[in-house]
Amino acid sequence: MDLLAFARGPALTFATAIFVAGTLWRLVGVLALPPWRDLSPAREGAPPNWLGAIETVFRKMIPHKTFLKAGMFTTVNGYVFHIGLALCVFAFAPHILFLKSLFGFSWPGLPNGFIFGVGALTAASLVAALAYRLTSPVLKLISRADDYVSWLLTFLPVVTGLAAASHIGARYEMLLALHVLSICAFLIWFPFGKLMHAFLFVFSRGATGARFRHRGAQL
Amino acid sequence: MRHDETLAAEMQRRGVSRRAFLKYASYVASLMALPPSAAEALAEGLAAARRQSVIWLSFQECTGCTESITRSHSPTLENLMFDFISLDYHHTLMAVSGQAAEQARLEAMAANKGKYIVVVDGSVPTKDGGVYSTIAGISNLKMLEETLRDAFAVVAVGSCACFGGIPAAKPNPTGAVAISELAGGKPLINISGCPPIPEAMTGVLSYVLSFGKLPELDHLGRPKAFFGETIHDRCYRRPYYERGLFADGFDDHGARQGYCLYKLGCKGPVTYNACATLKWNGGVSFPIQSGHGCLGCSEPDFWDQGGFYRPLPTPLGAMGPALAGAAVAGAALGVGAALAARSHQKTYLAASEKEKD
Repeated sequence: MDLLAFARGPALTFATAIFVAGTLWRLVGVLALPPWRDLSPAREGAPPNWLGAIETVFRKMIPHKTFLKAGMFTTVNGYVFHIGLALCVFAFAPHILFLKSLFGFSWPGLPNGFIFGVGALTAASLVAALAYRLTSPVLKLISRADDYVSWLLTFLPVVTGLAAASHIGARYEMLLALHVLSICAFLIWFPFGKLMHAFLFVFSRGATGARFRHRGAQL
Repeated sequence: MRHDETLAAEMQRRGVSRRAFLKYASYVASLMALPPSAAEALAEGLAAARRQSVIWLSFQECTGCTESITRSHSPTLENLMFDFISLDYHHTLMAVSGQAAEQARLEAMAANKGKYIVVVDGSVPTKDGGVYSTIAGISNLKMLEETLRDAFAVVAVGSCACFGGIPAAKPNPTGAVAISELAGGKPLINISGCPPIPEAMTGVLSYVLSFGKLPELDHLGRPKAFFGETIHDRCYRRPYYERGLFADGFDDHGARQGYCLYKLGCKGPVTYNACATLKWNGGVSFPIQSGHGCLGCSEPDFWDQGGFYRPLPTPLGAMGPALAGAAVAGAALGVGAALAARSHQKTYLAASEKEKD
């Protein structure tokens, strides 16, 4: 069995199984916890808890105006690589074919040249995010190994994907195998590190919003 | 043609002009991506070359490789090359049969000790002493070992000889192996494909005859001149791939427009061969041009890559059962963790109440 067959076969199956098991473990573990009950009466004009939760999920997509200027770089850069990653994953024809093999349906993709450009911008944005993390004293202080591992395992699929698309560094099948293996590493790490925020941010923001809005706080 | 006669003399005898011969040398040089100056060296080498003894062994195969090389767009100089070679043994093409054929092989081996080239198409069964394929009562395993002993070099022709091919496909009931596993350190050239391109075979042979050495090979022992680029890299449908225009079926709008066949399982991006440039049937067409994706036939284990119509990005094998099992296990773990947290919470609250009392 060559490296590509190993990557597309046992490695990808194992990694996806870990991803599914780990993600469900954490999601069910959180969602099956006892529901929060605040016995105090809601502050006058406070929305119902569910509405406060949904409002906060969306409102927090843009920082509060007090912090808008100070957090401009992290906000804009964050949007650049998050949208870039989403486009690379969900709008590139080969990725759509992979997802179709899992879910049974597909959607139109974007031209490869466009995705390549988006991928390059995403990689640059991720490098900028790391540079900011390493140069900002506060951010550096609160960074842990999890942050760096999560960054690396997000960055690797992007650069190996770019290398495979442009045939740089090695033969195509080797680059493709490395790309698939880097995705395997990403999937395995996903449920156990900060990458899990992709699922948990909705619940954590919602829970915060429900509690604070119940008490009359303006978010 | 006598064994001691040079190719130049043979060509002259057949009425082939010097210009035609030089054109052929230039053609081979360009096929093999050699520099322009090499054409002259190639012509000189070929002209001075003596008749080369070739023993062609056919083992577990379908004769497609022989069909390919004999049905090249004739009449051409490639055919003359074959006339030039002393094909001392080839049990499909030779006139004699039975004991006389085997005698011809043994005589050629004795007369050209250390000089003859062995061409092999087909894999070799090794299971149960190699009993699954025999010629004249001799197992392929034994015949190969015997013939290779005094050979100058071995050329594995076709994917079965190069990598085991279809006989070695799962579950490989005969224990078929590639020639490289049995070559015992002899210089080896793999010319893979199912079948290989005729020009790849004749081109490599011309190179060996003129320069007396092996051409530059890739990590799988294939001549880089023919296996240096992927089908995808040189495919005329490549622009459609870049633009994201694909055929979704063999008779849909995309197929009729000639869009890329990637979604239909084309293995062009991971297949190294010259089909897209040399093409087949005298340069008329190749599989992708006729509307079917590349099967990846010149790559190892092409038969076991999950299916010809399975697109490259899809996982090999069925992930469903593994993912269903993982989902159940993950959900069970989550419920377990939540129950443990609830139990811990109750204990904590009870302890707090007790403390207050």
